Amino acid sequence: MSHFILAIKSLGNRKLTAGLTIASIALSVTLLLGVERIRTEAQTSFTNTISGTDLIVGARTSPVQLLLSSVFGLSDAANNIRWESYEAISDHPAIAWTIPLSLGDSHAGYRVLGTNGTFFDHFRYDRKQSLQMIVGGWFSSEDGAVLGAEVAEKLGYRAGSDIVVAHGAGDISFIQHDSHPFQVSGILARTGTPVDRTVFVSLEGIDAIHADMNPAHDHGHDPLAGIANTDRHHAEEIHKTDHHSTVDEDHHHGHEPTAITAFYIGLKTRSAALSVQRTVNEYKGESLTAILPAVALQELWAVVDVMEKTLLAVSAFVVLVGLCGMLVAIMTSLNERRREMAILRAVGARPMHVFSLIVGEAAMVTLMGVALGVALLYAMFTVAQPLIAYRFGLFVSAGSLSTYELVLMGTVCLAGLLIGLVPGYRIYRYSLADGMTIRV
Amino acid sequence: MESDIRLRAKDYPMNPSTPFLITPETGHERIAPIHETAALAVDVSDLQFGWDTAADPILDIKALQIAGEERVFIEGPSGSGKSTLLSLLAGVMTAQKGAVSVLGQRVDALSGAQRDRFRADHIGFIFQMFNLVPYLSLIENVTLPCRFSKRRRKRALRRSASVGAEAVRLMAHLNMADPDLLKRPVTELSVGQQQRVAAARALIGAPEILIADEPTSSLDAHHREAFICLLFDECAKETTTLVFVSHDNSLATMFDRTVSLTQINHARRPRIQIVKEAM
Repeated sequence: MSHFILAIKSLGNRKLTAGLTIASIALSVTLLLGVERIRTEAQTSFTNTISGTDLIVGARTSPVQLLLSSVFGLSDAANNIRWESYEAISDHPAIAWTIPLSLGDSHAGYRVLGTNGTFFDHFRYDRKQSLQMIVGGWFSSEDGAVLGAEVAEKLGYRAGSDIVVAHGAGDISFIQHDSHPFQVSGILARTGTPVDRTVFVSLEGIDAIHADMNPAHDHGHDPLAGIANTDRHHAEEIHKTDHHSTVDEDHHHGHEPTAITAFYIGLKTRSAALSVQRTVNEYKGESLTAILPAVALQELWAVVDVMEKTLLAVSAFVVLVGLCGMLVAIMTSLNERRREMAILRAVGARPMHVFSLIVGEAAMVTLMGVALGVALLYAMFTVAQPLIAYRFGLFVSAGSLSTYELVLMGTVCLAGLLIGLVPGYRIYRYSLADGMTIRV
Repeated sequence: MESDIRLRAKDYPMNPSTPFLITPETGHERIAPIHETAALAVDVSDLQFGWDTAADPILDIKALQIAGEERVFIEGPSGSGKSTLLSLLAGVMTAQKGAVSVLGQRVDALSGAQRDRFRADHIGFIFQMFNLVPYLSLIENVTLPCRFSKRRRKRALRRSASVGAEAVRLMAHLNMADPDLLKRPVTELSVGQQQRVAAARALIGAPEILIADEPTSSLDAHHREAFICLLFDECAKETTTLVFVSHDNSLATMFDRTVSLTQINHARRPRIQIVKEAM
């Protein structure tokens, strides 16, 4: 114990270099743990976002694209699905329930999702948890809206508030559907998923606002009216890529929508997943894609895995650089400390004591660096958490350290200890050769 | 070289048959692991030491004996191997040939760890300069040997309630009783004060042998003599043998005996000296 105090006092004597070394190790550890934390939290966050949904169906596109657009709102949908197709597929005997989704609008930077009561009834997240209302209830009229917890909290809405939806999913939109305001009927409890950042409105509501925005549909001033039939077909295709459901020319409020962006499917038995997927993929009416969310997630991980591993490797090297900085700091201090060691030797310290003083110092510096790094990590996550959620839709928790993170920290400490053996051995050799007189 | 050996058996406080039994006044402890028939504090015979084992040795001493409580001055020019001899006596290094007995114990026969313990228990050191560990307080510097030697700690506690109190007592003996002085960082002390702190550290826990390696070379003549007198007083109180090494011959008269290292060392002289003499 007394030798430990000696090591601490010796370190205190070199506050500046020790402090800088600790700071550099701390920063590198923060980077390493931060990358790891974001990696695992992103995976957890993505995985927890949807559960209990067996298939997701959208227009023909890549599985990852469909997953990102329909579940996370991170990508634009490629195309729409005709309502008839949705209804036809929903009738499949193996399907227990479906949730239609209509995307493409936003409110104050938050995603607006057109759906119906099935979303509240069947959508599950995390470990098959269902949605809970904290205020009010699910909308029953076409101009009703339900808010995610964060939307309500950040924008200060309550049940009964009027909101105006904007066209497009960006933060800033120049087209406001202000002729068709929605009234908040309820607010959902926090889920830690993109649901918190979503405004739910009815499919009919979405159609209604676009009908208002495109009076050509209602009043016959269709700018595409003069185009030949073949071109008209092409124009319809363009129209469909408008990322949201559109209305039929003879659309009236309260009628069925003509198109949706995607829909979730819940099966009666999960074993039917592949056959239903094949049925959807081979659907004659239009080109559709059905994906298994878990499989699509795996594909997504395969894409980001290389990048993640590269990032992790880079941060591991940064830690190594930090530890090398410590090695340099200790090595340069060795010569001036040989005299100190000679004094200790003269009063009875063994070469092993001298060795353990240096290795102990390296261990302490590393340990303090790691501890400070963890503290920095938590401080950073506390500050950056809302920002990450806002920018990337990822709900990164600053929870307790995982086993893997502890292993990483342990590895850093061990590496610090091993690196400390280099100057430790050197001073050991010095103290054997020097005795009580320094021979430089 | 027999003429170099003059024992002061008359001053031995102990019966030669039980040579290292401390007097009842200082505590009834037997100084283990000293051989009971030993009468000499230091007994060196046929010693040869060289940094490079293949080359000629730099130290070749047929015999050197120092009696208990003797105050011996070992003089020799710079580079004559004084510090090396002290390292051999203290068991920090071991000779290639010969026997080194300290307090009756063959130091060269002990293992490295045993030598370290022996040194911690029985030998106090004062260096020329840079005696103190800069990041330790004055009291911590003085009590440093008690961290490494249980024996010295025990002996310090016989005199005072704590090792810290013993350090304060020793500092008072060395004319550094001022509490403000004791609180000052050691780096702010004058060289003379630092040397007294080093002396207190060497004396704490009453080691049997005090080795001083040019401890006065950075002091002026007045302080030098005062410091040596202080050392003599403390050594007399503790019945400590003093081995004092210096190149400054003017101090020799203050000691019981002077040993000239150049005379007892039969190693071949450095080549550079031989060349000079030939010219």
